[in-house]
Formats: sequence, C-alpha cells, structure tokens
Amino acid sequence: MSILIDSNTKVIVQGLTGKTGSFHTNQALEYYGTQMVAGTHPRKAGESWTADNGASLPIYANAADAKDATGADATVIYVPPAGAAAAIEEAIDAEIPLIVCITEGVPVLDMVRVKAKLDKSSSRLIGPNCPGLLTPEACKIGIMPGKIFKKGSVGVVSRSGTLTYEAVYQTSVEGLGQTSAVGIGGDPVKGTEFIDVLEMFLADDETESIVMIGEIGGSAEEEAAQFLIDEAKKGRKKPMVGFIAGRTAPKGRTMGHAGAIVSGGKGDAESKIAAMEAAGIKVSPSPARLGTTMVEVLKG
Amino acid sequence: MNIHEYQAKAVLKEFGAPVADGVPILTLDDVQTAVDTLPGPLWVVKSQIHAGGRGKGKFIEAAAGEKGGVRLAFSKEEVMDHAKAMLGNHLVTAQTSAEGKQVNRLYVEDGADIASELYLSLLVDRETGRPAFVASTEGGMDIEAVAHDTPEKILTLPIDPTEGVTAAAAAQLCDALALDGAAREDGMNLFPILYKAFTEKDMSMLEINPLIVMENGNLRVLDAKVSFDGNALFRHPDIMELRDTTEEDEKEIEASEWDLAYIALDGTIGCMVNGAGLAMATMDIIKLYGEEPANFCDVGGGANAEKVAAAFKIIMKDPAVKGILVNIFGGIMKCDVIAEGVIQAVKETSLAVPLVVRLEGTNVDQGKAILADSGMNIIPADDLDDAAQKIVAAVKGA
Repeated sequence: MSILIDSNTKVIVQGLTGKTGSFHTNQALEYYGTQMVAGTHPRKAGESWTADNGASLPIYANAADAKDATGADATVIYVPPAGAAAAIEEAIDAEIPLIVCITEGVPVLDMVRVKAKLDKSSSRLIGPNCPGLLTPEACKIGIMPGKIFKKGSVGVVSRSGTLTYEAVYQTSVEGLGQTSAVGIGGDPVKGTEFIDVLEMFLADDETESIVMIGEIGGSAEEEAAQFLIDEAKKGRKKPMVGFIAGRTAPKGRTMGHAGAIVSGGKGDAESKIAAMEAAGIKVSPSPARLGTTMVEVLKG
Repeated sequence: MNIHEYQAKAVLKEFGAPVADGVPILTLDDVQTAVDTLPGPLWVVKSQIHAGGRGKGKFIEAAAGEKGGVRLAFSKEEVMDHAKAMLGNHLVTAQTSAEGKQVNRLYVEDGADIASELYLSLLVDRETGRPAFVASTEGGMDIEAVAHDTPEKILTLPIDPTEGVTAAAAAQLCDALALDGAAREDGMNLFPILYKAFTEKDMSMLEINPLIVMENGNLRVLDAKVSFDGNALFRHPDIMELRDTTEEDEKEIEASEWDLAYIALDGTIGCMVNGAGLAMATMDIIKLYGEEPANFCDVGGGANAEKVAAAFKIIMKDPAVKGILVNIFGGIMKCDVIAEGVIQAVKETSLAVPLVVRLEGTNVDQGKAILADSGMNIIPADDLDDAAQKIVAAVKGA
C-alpha cells in the first residue's frame, strides 16, 4: 500500500501550459506512466497540450470542467504566486479530493483565506511551497526527482524539498526504499501538517518505519511529537528517525522558507529535537546519516 | 520587509488609529519644521532604526552623550541638541550587533502623559492559520520575557477571517487590557482598525508596545513596529516605497536582486545550497564539525549557471570567508549546469580560498566530470558529511 496516491490516481494540472507545468508534467508522464489526464487554462478551453512522448492532454477552462470530463481525483497547481490561492479555491469549489500546490511565495494572508475555506470542505491540500508527493513505481505529483526513489517500506514526511530528497536517496541506498514520500511545504499556513501524514503512515500496513524532517519555526513538530506519544499509548507505534534543520539559524530571520523563522521565543531547533526524542524518535544530528540511522534503529 | 516607526505610524494613521503628531527628521534642517509644527511643551526625539530596545540603547560615539536612543526635550533648543547628538551616530541596542546601527533618521513627536502602558500586537497564528491578537497589561516590556515568566498575563485571540473582529472579540481584548471608560470606547474602535490595516496591507507583524492610556483617559499608539509579508509586496507599491535599504546588508540587497535567499552570518565558511531546508542543514553540519557558517544561501530550484555565478560572487564579497562549500542535491537543477556555473564563477572571481563541491542528483556524473576536467583546485565530496569534514579541514589547515 501507499498513502494518498497510487497507480489509479488521475491528476489534472492547473498551470499546465506554463514552462514549469509543462516540464514537470512531462517528467510525471515518464515516471511509471503517472495518469496525468488534463490541464486547465481560463482562455484555452478546447485546445490540447502535447507531451514530449506524444501524449495529448485536453485543456479545460477550469478545474470543475476538467474533473467532470476526466473523473480526476487529484490536481497539481503550478500557477504563479499571485494567482495560486485562487487556483486552490477553484479546486476546492470543484470538490477535488487531493489538491497539491507547488507554488512558492503565496502571500500568507491569501493562505489564511484558503484555509478557512478548506476547513469547510472535503478536500485535502498539500502545500503550498512544497515538492509534492510520490509513491514509488506508481504515481508522481509535483517536482520530486523520480530516479532516487525505490519501492520499499519507509514513509517520508518533510517540510523541506531537498531534505526530502536526502531522506529518500539515503533510504534507497540502504536498500529500504519508500512506501510514499510527502513534502508538506515550508510555509507558515499550509493545508497538511505532520500529524495528518503521520496518521496515514501509522495506518498503512506496508509502511514499517517513518522518517520525519522538520525545521525551525512554529510548533508543528512539537504537536506531532505529542500526537505520537498519545498514539503510542494506544499501541500504535512505528520506528522513526528525525531531523531538524536550522540549529544554527539566527533568531528573527526568515531562512528561505517563509515559515522557517524563530520568533517570539518560539520555534527553535532544540525544543523541537527534545520533543521528538521524548516521543521516541531517533533524531540524527547529521542530515547525511538519515539512512544509516534508520538501519541502526531497525536493527534495534 | 521592515519599516521605520514613523512610517508605521503614518500607515496606521491612514486607517484611523490614534497616533501622536510627529515630524520625521532626515537632516538637521528638518528640526526647525518639527518645532514649528509641534506645539510642545514636551517633545520626544526618537532614533529611527530597524531594531528594538532603542530607549535603553547606547551610542558608540562619546559626542552623542550617555542617554539612550529616545530622548525627551522640554524646549525647542533641546530638540535641536538631541538631534545633533544622535543623527549620524551609531546606536547599540539589545537587538543590534556590537557595532550598532547608524541613526540616519529621527522622529520628533508630541509628548504624552502616560497613565499606563499596555502591549498589543497582531500576527498570523500558525496553529490556527488565522490572524491573532496578542494582548497584555504588561506594556513597555519584552513580551517574550512576559510570556516566559507570567504567561497568564497574555491573551492570544485568533480572529476568524470570515467574520473579522466581532464586538465580542473586541470586548474580550478590552478585558484583557483592563480598559474602562474612554479607553474602553477607544479600544472597541481601535481593534477593528488595526485588523483592517493588518489584512489590507498584508502585514506579517504589527506590534504596539506600548499602547498607552493617557492621563486624559484616551488610548494612544506610542510605539509601532510593522513588518510586511515579502511575498505580498507585489500588490502594495505604496509600501515598497517605504523600504530603507540603508538598514539592510549590502550583500542581501544584491542577492534579492538575483532572487537568491541570502543571509549574512558571522562565521568563516561560505555556503551555496539549493533548497532552504538543505541550506540550513548545511550550516548546521558545518557547526557540527567545529566551524561556523558565513552565510545562509539558497539558490532555489530553478537556478542557471548565471545565477550560481552571481551567488558565488556575493558570498566572496564577505572578507571573513575562508572557504566555500557548495552543496547541491539536483532534483530540478541539473548537476552539470551547477558545475558549469561554479567554474564560470571561480574564473571570474579568481578564487583564492578552498572550495569543496558536493553534487548529487540529476546528471551527477556529468557534473563531477566537468569539475574534475576543469583543472581547477576544486575538492570533490561524496556526501554532506564528507563535504563538511573536508571544508572544515581545509579552512583549519589554511
């Protein structure tokens, strides 16, 4: 099994005709035939988009039309920041179950508005400012490099794109492989938090262990640690390796990701590491040893 | 993006918040306008720098005197004396470096008789994903210390964005600030005004510390610190104009022109990385092996050779840099493109410090071959641990 997406997932692309959307849609089609079924563009309805492999995807005016015509159950958004929130809202209105927003730089108050709408809907949003998610040999939504993945048993969840790749690559090199990897994104207000993904990995039979990568800012890691403690009391527990980026980050500065900031005495690395260790997660001091640490943890 | 206090007050005044009359001073010639415009008999002369703790700060220059960065004047002559003492000199506060910040602007304001000092701020609460007020009767103090020592004296009140500030929410804030009489009436008006300013101008932080109750019973915004969401500035050209680049690091300004996320730090090892998380992790691992990073630098997912070269040059502008670590996990970025950018930059900057390059991901073999064939003194590394150990060893051996 996997979480959120598998080989049956049908994906539409909002922002398909742009440079980024086109590039990554080609990559997704090449990755075990991920079912990319349509694109949207408000003024190009009725046209089509041709992939490098010759496949032709129809363009619809909006997400609702694309969903009605194709039966898509997921959408990926490559729309520039100024229009990204409206694209998410369009997908929520179309009642698409899984919405993945890759766009970096969405104004935070736009996300406040989106989140209020999302809370009243049945859609799940991953991101924004995230690399997307991938289930090895089945489905790739977003911008993760498919080559580093290997089908296996580790669930990966991360706030950082490139650190997700480190975790994936290292667990592949160690022969463990992944069930699914989910990048939840680096923004302060986002659709999916650690707890949501951890719940799915705990419930997934094929996921035997979990890598969780956090960073400074906010308190999502602390909340996740408390969730894991509570679940362990109910007998739900899997071996976990963690990492927190930003031990050396200065206070009050935004470290690239809009959400990576230690402010108001909150969000520093040490308190996150302490909370994760208290929840039984083996926190690696080095981002280069995520794979080897997992091997050690699994040996017991 | 941060702005000065006087600019923040002008923005809040537009929305109808109660602020004192004041005049900004950019040169000493402006002082006469200030004293002619403001009636007195009490004036406050305030240093305008992008750092807190100004009142308790101290100037480096002896000519500035012993007093802090915020001074009371009881005559027009005294306003001029304070302006002369502070303008152009360097103020050190708890939030600046030891070198302090040069005071290039002052703000002269009408003085107020203070009955009590309160704390009020607005920010985006990450747990609820909503804007939230933070209110406390403990004004004029470091709110982090209040939160730590007496958390019961702080109210955090998230606001439902679909409703805005309801009368019930405003009343709750009045209670938390112990407002009554005229101050309570002022408060009921003020909270929606601040919320409107915060949301319409895409602020990321609006802090009023202190908000004061004056002897006459009315509320006044005595100090104001405002920062804006950099991702929303594209729709606020009026706010963009308030940017004061003299408050920013020169290298950070240049980096922002190239759309690079760069933050200058105090260490000796320059870093160039793709991805914010990996860039932070690279800094951390340098520290783990016993050295300090000179900067945070995320070149992003879509960098080309030109952008990589620009990042390299910015990193090299820091004279403290004794070695450079390039760490790229190429998912979207191709390693051969990075390698070409690195070589171009090494040529253009005539690099004189050790350079360790770790490449992984798409086209990694081509990338490594390009570096190896360049004939340049580039130390290759296999993984992040290896890379950090090699650059630390190279810097320590130098």
